[in-house]
Amino acid sequence: MRPGSDFSVSVQEADFDAGAEMGALSASRRDVGAVASFVGLVRDANDGNGVSAMTLEHYPGMTEKALDEIVEQARQRWSLLRVRVIHRFGRLEPADRIVFVGVASAHRGDAFAACEFIMDYLKTRAPFWKCEETPVGARWVDARISDDSAAARW
Amino acid sequence: MNVKVLYFASLREAIGQPGEELELPAGVATVGALRAHLAARGNGWQALAGGRNVRAAVNQRMVGADEPVAAGDEVAFFPPVTGG
Repeated sequence: MRPGSDFSVSVQEADFDAGAEMGALSASRRDVGAVASFVGLVRDANDGNGVSAMTLEHYPGMTEKALDEIVEQARQRWSLLRVRVIHRFGRLEPADRIVFVGVASAHRGDAFAACEFIMDYLKTRAPFWKCEETPVGARWVDARISDDSAAARW
Repeated sequence: MNVKVLYFASLREAIGQPGEELELPAGVATVGALRAHLAARGNGWQALAGGRNVRAAVNQRMVGADEPVAAGDEVAFFPPVTGG
């Protein structure tokens, strides 16, 4: 699923324009009644320590396949008109954008649910790993059990 | 038979390399057996030992320990993912 199509994923180092991505989800269509989106950002603290930056590592090739598969599952569960997923990698600082998920559908229920589903599945199935820079040194972020339960409820 | 093995994140750091080409010894036919074989090298490789939180993929698809490994496969080991 490549950029430019109705269902696309991008894994990139560059930042993205969330407003432009939102607009593109309904551009040149008259059947879109709902656009839901999520933007994930780098926080300046995690697990009791300040975070000055983080580096996101990923598995080139598998990452794109995993995201495509998650979008495909969302399309099978809900009636969706467009989906856009962007996930960044590399070194990011607090307030930087990490991830964008946008979903366009005829009605809000499908857009809300699919957007949350894609994020929950991405958290447990897309091969990304965060390494944080903190005052006590660099550390790899541990996976959260709450992320597993969030994905399991679907 | 040869397989390509990749390591990511904390496993890559513990092992000290991003991957390798490997000729599998006789008797190693699954992801779980390959993981145990590599962990038995000791030192940083023990990060792959049983009981640790290690996930695996074969040909870029997440799999369980019983997944067969065949010649030409790309096998990856990594910690639970933390994107998003």
